Amino acid sequence: MNFQLTKEQEFVRKMVREFATNEVEPIAADIDAEHRFPEENVKKMADYGLLGIPFPKEVGGTGGDQLSYAIAVEELSRVCGSTGVICSAHTSLCCWPIYAWGNDEQKEKYLPDLCSGRKLGAFGLTEPNAGTDAGGQQTRADLNGDQWVLNGAKVFITNGGYADVFIIMAMTDKKKKTRGGISAFIVKKDDPGFSIGKTEDKMGICASSTTELIFQNCTIPKDRLLGQVGDGFKVAMSTLDGGRIGIASQALGIAQGAFDVTVEYMKARKQFGKKLSQMEALQFEVANMATQIEAARLLIYQAADMKERNLPYGKYSAMAKLFAAETAMYVTTKAVQLHGGYGYTKDYPVERMMRDAKITEIYEGTSEVQKMVIAASVFGK
Amino acid sequence: MAFKIIVCAKQVPDTNVIKINPKTGTLIREGVPSILNHDDANALEEALKIKDKYPDTHITVVSMGPPQAKDMLLECLAMGADEGVLVSDRAVGGSDTWATSNAVAAAIRKIGEFDLIFAGRQAIDGDTAQVGPQIAEKMDLPQVTYVQEFEIEKDMKSITVKRALEDGYEVIKIKTPCMLTAIKELNAPRYMTIGGIFSANEKPIHVWNANDIAIDLDTVGLEASPTNVFRSFTPAPKGKGVILEGDTEKEVAEKLLIGLKGKHVV
Repeated sequence: MNFQLTKEQEFVRKMVREFATNEVEPIAADIDAEHRFPEENVKKMADYGLLGIPFPKEVGGTGGDQLSYAIAVEELSRVCGSTGVICSAHTSLCCWPIYAWGNDEQKEKYLPDLCSGRKLGAFGLTEPNAGTDAGGQQTRADLNGDQWVLNGAKVFITNGGYADVFIIMAMTDKKKKTRGGISAFIVKKDDPGFSIGKTEDKMGICASSTTELIFQNCTIPKDRLLGQVGDGFKVAMSTLDGGRIGIASQALGIAQGAFDVTVEYMKARKQFGKKLSQMEALQFEVANMATQIEAARLLIYQAADMKERNLPYGKYSAMAKLFAAETAMYVTTKAVQLHGGYGYTKDYPVERMMRDAKITEIYEGTSEVQKMVIAASVFGK
Repeated sequence: MAFKIIVCAKQVPDTNVIKINPKTGTLIREGVPSILNHDDANALEEALKIKDKYPDTHITVVSMGPPQAKDMLLECLAMGADEGVLVSDRAVGGSDTWATSNAVAAAIRKIGEFDLIFAGRQAIDGDTAQVGPQIAEKMDLPQVTYVQEFEIEKDMKSITVKRALEDGYEVIKIKTPCMLTAIKELNAPRYMTIGGIFSANEKPIHVWNANDIAIDLDTVGLEASPTNVFRSFTPAPKGKGVILEGDTEKEVAEKLLIGLKGKHVV
C-alpha cells in the first residue's frame, strides 16, 4: 500500500489546476448563466492532451493512467462541473469502449482523432422509456445487406450537440433483451438519418450539452458494429463501470471546490464579533465535510488504481460513485448553508455547485443503481 | 536548420506563500512549494515558440541547485524542452551571483555549441538580475536584457528584440550566438501538456557535479562568493491608510492639502 502519487500524477494535478484556475474558473459562472457549451476551452483541453489521458500513445493517447485521468476530472470540476463532465463523458463513454471493444481498424480510424480531441465523443444508452432498465430499449438496428439501419431515439445524451462520434446501443434481437439482444454501434454526426433533437434545459451543469438523438432510418456501414452482435449490453455495462470513476471524480471536484471557497469565506466573514472559522459549531461542520471528501477521494483513487491494474473494479467504482455523489450533495448543501443568504445568490459559486452536484446522484447510474451493483456483488448475482 | 537554444532556469520558493522568520531573519522554507521561476518560464516559452515554428530546434534547460531541482527540469521537459542539465554539488552551494554565473557558464561550455542563451530577467527569491548578464560577460557574448518582444530572422543569424526601459523601449538587432533575458511582458508561458508529462522521463536530464564541468573550486560556493546576505527582514506594516470624504472634489482636495501641510509635506 502506497498513498503517494507518482511524480507524473502530481504534475497532472498541478497542470490541470493551473489550467482550471486560469482558463476555466474565470468563465464558469458566465457559461452556466448563458447555458453555453465552452467550445474555446474544449479546444484548449484538446491542445493540452486533456481529452485522451488514460490511453496509450500508440492509439493517440497521452500514455497516462486512470488515476491521472480521475485527478484531471476532479481538478476541472473543482471550478466547473460542466467542464468536468465534458471531459469525463468523452473519455470514459466514447474513447474507452472503442479502445476496449473496437477491432484494430476501428481503433485506428477513431481513436487518434478522439484522444487528441480533434473530435469529441458521446454515448447513447438512455431512452425516454429505458434508462436503468436497459432491456427496455426501443431503438432498433436491422441489418440490411451491408448496412445497419437504426430507428429510435436516445435522450439526456451528454455532449450530444457537439459530439462527432457516438457510441449507440440498439436492440438487434428484441426477444433476447439484455441477454444478447442489444448491440453497440459507432455513429458519426453526419450519418444519413441521424439528427440532434431537443436540447435539455437543466437544473445544473448548464454549460454541458445534453440532447436528444434521433435515428430515422439512420444508415451506417456494417463495420460500425462495436464488438459482436449481441455484445451491446456488456459494452454498455463495462463502459459505465469505468464511467463511474469519471463521474465520481466530477462529484469529488465539485465537493472540493465548494469546500475550498467555503473555508475562505469563513475565514473572512465576521458575525457576533468573531470570524465564522472561530465558531466551534461551524468548525465541526467543516470537519465532517473535510472527512467525507477525503473518504470519497480514497474510494475513487482505489477504484482508478484497480482499473489501471486490470483488477475487477466494478463494485469499487460503484461505491466510489455512490459515496462521492452523496458527498457532493452533502458538502455543497452545507457550503450554501455556511454562506447564509449570500450562498443562495449567484454572486457566490456555491449556488452553482449545489445545482451541479445533484446530477452526480443521477447520471451514469443513479445512486440506487450503484447500490444494486454493490449488493449484487455482496450477495452474488 | 537546427537551432540550438539554451535556457537558464532556476527552481525558487513560491514567494506568494513565503514568510520570513522574524527572529532569525531567514526564509521559512517548510511547506513552501518550489516552482519554476516566473521570468525563466517566459524565457522557455519563447524558446518553445521558436521550436513550434522550427521543429528541428533543440532546447536544453540548464539549472543549478539541489538534487530536487530536477523536478523543475522535468516540468520544463513536460512543457516541451528536449534536455535538462542540473549542476548540483555541495561545492557550489551558497554561491552568490558571481559564483553562480561561473558555474553555469562552465556548464554551458560543456554543453557545447549553441545559437542562443535565453534566461529570465531575475529570480523571484534573490531579485538580482545579475546572473544572466554575468554569464554573457564570462562567455564573451553580446547580450540584451529585459526583452519584451522577439523576432528571429529567417537565416537565424540575427534577432531583433524590443528592450524594455523604464520610460520607453529600444529596438535592437543582435547577432547570434548571444544572450537574452526575458521579462514577463514577452509572452504567456504555456502549461505542461499531459502527453509531455508522460514523456518527460524519456528525455535526458544530466546531473553534473563540479568535476564534470571542470570548474575551479576557488570560483564557486559560499567561500568564493564576494557578496553574502547580511540580513533579511520583513518591513514593518505601514498602518492603515486614510480615506478622505467630502461632498465635492474641492472639499476633499482641501482636506488633503490641510493634512499634507500639517505634516509639512508641502
